[in-house]
Parts: sequence; structure tokens; C-alpha cells
Amino acid sequence: MTRYVIGRLGQLVLVLIGVSVIVFFTMHVLPGDVATLLLGERATAEQLASLRHQLGLDQTVLVQYADFALEAARGDLGTSLRSNHTALSDVWLAFPVTLQLALSALLLATLIGVPIGVVAGTRAGGMLDNALMTLTLFGVSMPIFWLGLMLLLLFGAVLGWLPIGGLMPVGLDAPRVTGMTVIDSLIAGRADLIAASLRHLVLPAVTLATIPLAMIARVTRSEMLATATLDHVRTARAKGMTERRVILRHILRNALIPIVTVIGLQLGLLLSGAVLTETIFSLPGLGRLMVDSILSRDYPVVQAGALFIALVFVLVNLLVDLSYGLLDPRIRRS
Amino acid sequence: MSTAEGQAAVPVRKPGDLRRVLRRVSAKVGLLITLVFLLLTVAAPLMAPYDPYDQDLSSALSEPSAEHWMGADQYGRDMFSRVLYGTRTALLAVVVADGLALVLGCAAGLVAGFFGGRTDAVIMRLVDVVLAFPYLLLALIIVAALGPGLTNSMIAIGIVYTPQYARLIRGQVLAIRHADFVRAARALGASRLRIMLRHVLPNSITPILVMATLQAGSVVVETAGLSFLGLGAQPPSPDWGALLADGQSYFLTAWWIATFPGLAIFLVVLGFNLLGDAFRDHFDPRRAS
Repeated sequence: MTRYVIGRLGQLVLVLIGVSVIVFFTMHVLPGDVATLLLGERATAEQLASLRHQLGLDQTVLVQYADFALEAARGDLGTSLRSNHTALSDVWLAFPVTLQLALSALLLATLIGVPIGVVAGTRAGGMLDNALMTLTLFGVSMPIFWLGLMLLLLFGAVLGWLPIGGLMPVGLDAPRVTGMTVIDSLIAGRADLIAASLRHLVLPAVTLATIPLAMIARVTRSEMLATATLDHVRTARAKGMTERRVILRHILRNALIPIVTVIGLQLGLLLSGAVLTETIFSLPGLGRLMVDSILSRDYPVVQAGALFIALVFVLVNLLVDLSYGLLDPRIRRS
Repeated sequence: MSTAEGQAAVPVRKPGDLRRVLRRVSAKVGLLITLVFLLLTVAAPLMAPYDPYDQDLSSALSEPSAEHWMGADQYGRDMFSRVLYGTRTALLAVVVADGLALVLGCAAGLVAGFFGGRTDAVIMRLVDVVLAFPYLLLALIIVAALGPGLTNSMIAIGIVYTPQYARLIRGQVLAIRHADFVRAARALGASRLRIMLRHVLPNSITPILVMATLQAGSVVVETAGLSFLGLGAQPPSPDWGALLADGQSYFLTAWWIATFPGLAIFLVVLGFNLLGDAFRDHFDPRRAS
């Protein structure tokens, strides 16, 4: 097992090097000159040349990449051209917002998606199965940026039940500890803060959960169906085991690996896919930071954000693979 | 929803199979939606009551009515005409982005699967690296490099979807590269290029078409998503994502600007997904059984 983990970590390093190459070279074919961008159109040729020298832009691209990779390995991904903070600190500041959103969406998607899949799988071909699967098809076909707007319109504007965007009401903030408003509110121990942070989280989390919920439900259903035909299930039934026990202990347990895979993959996708949800609900998360940085050509932040998200994405995938051992004793023993 | 790497080659079925696929109600609904969508792209100039770019400030933000079926936007442009013309951008995105992914992915998968060895290792590691990026993030980075715009967003999405086709085709090639008809072609002295293009590729057409249909819906959503973020089609283009972005600013006072373009995206994606699911279920031997 240890050898396997070390091998996977080695692969992870190779993938990250590949990701850094793609991100770096993509950013360096950006249209426009960074020096002109920083100093403005009125800068003299000498000023531009001096800044290019200072930033290392007068070196060959390969030398620039080597510098970038060495600095990145030390945790220095440059300074934001907009905020003047280090790029990594901007990313780090925005990340908890995205993490909170992605985790709450994944929690919703799993808590609702798995039971839907189990119910549909155990009534395959019936009316309830058809109705649930039609709903999940609607879910995977839903443009979430539209769904978010419609939910805002209905629950925010028409019914007035929930706030229209933002992390917290203006003037009400929990002291920052983790950067995740719900956790920070819990740490502060104030009921008004907890209620406010949860109320602000409901619509974005529901919006972002829609597609993963549908995917998880569909995979759960199909895996339940595939596992239900196996011999050990028939034996369990023949032994007179209750249907509930057969479903939970023998079918669902054995169908868990593909379900956990999908759940894990969804977390990685949610972390990057949150960009649209963050835009609609005006949340200052990582996705929104990336888009704003792209539009203003703040390439150090784009690089830092991309590397950071890719790192999280591959780490989550690694954790998902490692979790197989916990779920299946056969994998653990091998 | 994508087909896994290295799965058994999907057998080529007879044209009569198509009728069997379409026996399912969901497939019929999917086909109907897709056909209506295609019809509207062609008939948009004939059906649109107004020029999608024509401004009429006296009608600005007017509600849906007999005059403007889907209302008018902040410049008084007719939303029905704009949504109708939006079908053209959506179809263009499917053709360009899905087409680009298909061509690049098939080429990479064919070469990797057929030549094997180091060529295969290099191509597939590259595919792994691209897959290490979440889709939307990679699309954002490519658009950042190429600059915002509809063409660039379509190229970005095409590149993002390339690895899926590459993996699919590689799996197909591996499964049939030692088939008798390929050996026979080789024995007859056919070149590698000829074998790949004349023998291997045609035998992989079915799974390619299934994947292309399934991807079409995602392409429509992602292109619209990039336009919504301001990185795809730029105003005043009647692109569904850009229309939604316009509508976001006015959604408290003029709900119709965002509602109808979003509904259009939803229906088209639903159509492609219904059709794609039916094709996949029919042609995938594991599901068919």
C-alpha cells in the first residue's frame, strides 16, 4: 500500500509539472505586452525595456519557465498585477469561499442523489423510476447559470425568502478564522451570524449541486442494477434476509466504489465549476478571481489559480483512489 | 457519461438499427427537439419578426406581448428574434468545437493506438495532463491565451474535449488492431495510413457518433457559459450566453431577458442528451444486454 501511495505521489508530481508547462506556455502567448500593460501606453521605450529586464521577460521562454518552476517549487508564484499582493495570497484568500460552496453542494448532491439512485434502482422500470430518471436528465441538461438566476428571481426577488447574492449581509461579518463564513460563524458562536451565513449559502449550493446530484443519482441507479444480479445477492435473498438489509449491506455496499469515484470526481469539478455560480451570486471565490484575472490579464494570478486548482483536483482524485481500500477489503489486501 | 478507455470495440450495426433506436419515446422526443433546433437555425431569418440587432428605445424593457412575444431588452431589441438567431451560434459551436475535438482526438487516438510503444505513451501522458485540468478551468486558460471571443471560445472547448475522443478511439484501435481484416490489409501491403483511415476509422464510427451526440449538449452549455462570463461571444451578438449575461443585470425588473435564452439552452441540451443516451444505450453492448 505504501509503495502504491508513493508511486501515485510520483505520478502526481509528473502531472503537476505537465500542468505547469501548459499553464506557463499558454500564459506566455497572451496577446499584448505585460510591460505596456503595467506601465501604460505612455511609457518610454527605456522604461519598458527596464521593466521587461526586471520581470525577466527579456530572457528566452525556456529560461523564463525554469525561473518560474524554481520559484513555484518554493511557493512563490509572483505578484498580482492588480492587487500587488502575492498571487498565492490572493488565491488563498478566495479559496475558502469556493471550498465552502463546493463542499456544501457536494453534501447536498450526495445526501439527495444516492437515495434517489437507490430508490430508482430498486424500482427499475416502474413509474417512480421513470419519473426520477426524467428529473435527473433535466438536472444534467440544466445550464446552471440560468438555474441560479431563476432561483434568485423566485426565492430572492418574488418570494423574498432568501438574500440576493453575497456571502453575508452588509455590515454583518464573523471574525475571519477559516474564511468559510459558516464555520467562522459557528466559531463565533452567534446564532444571527450562523443563520445569515446559511441563508446566503442555500441558493448557490442548490444551484451548484444540481448537475452532480443528477450524475450521482444516475450512477447509483445503474450500479445498483448491475450489482443486484450478482450471485451473492441472490444467496442473501435465498437465506431469507430482509430486502432492506439486502439493499443496504449487499447491493449498495458493493456498488459503492463507482459511486465514490463519481462523488470524488464531482468535488474536483465543483471546485472549478463554481465560477459560474460565483458570478451569479456575487461570491468572491476562486473561480470569480480567475475570470477577473483573465479579463484584466493578471497572468500571475491566473497561473497561481490554475496550478492550485489542478493540484487540488489531482489530490482529490488520489484520495478517491485510496478510499477504495477502505471500501473493498479485496483491494486493501492486494 | 463518457465511454471508458479500452472498452471492447463496438460492433457496427446495420442502418435499420436506427429505426430501433428511435422506437423509444425519449429518443423520439430528443430527435424532435434536435430537428426543431436545426430547422430554426435555417429558418431564423424567415421566422424572426425583427432584425435581432435593431434597437427601438421606445420598446426598451417591454414585457412579452403580441408585438414582442418574448419581450424586449434594454435597447428595445426583440428577444424572440434574438433567441431565434441564437440557435445559429449554438449550432456553430457544436459544429466547430465538437468537430475540432473529434478531428484532433481521432487523430491522436488513432496514432497512439496504432503505433503503440513510445508514441502511445507520449500521447496518452499528454492526454492525462490535459485531463488533470477541470474542463472549465482549461477552457478559461485557453481563452485567456487566445483572447475573449466566440471563435476562441469554440477552439478552447474543442481542445478541452479532445482527450475524451483520443481515449475512445485508442481503445477502439487497440481492440481491432489485430482483427483479421486489419492483418489481411497489412499482408496485402496497405500502408499504415491507409489501414488507419480505410479500415480502423470506419469501424469506430458508431462510438464516435454516440460520443459526438452526447458531447453536443455539453458544448452548447459550455460555449454559452463562456459567453455568460464575458469570454465568448461579445455584445451585441445574439448568443444565448451573452443574452443571459445581459438579462442578469435586469433580472429584478425584466425577468424575460434572462428567462427565454436559458430555456432555449435547456431544451436544446435536453434534446441532445435524450438522443445521445438512446444511441449509447443501443450501441453499447454492456448496456444493450
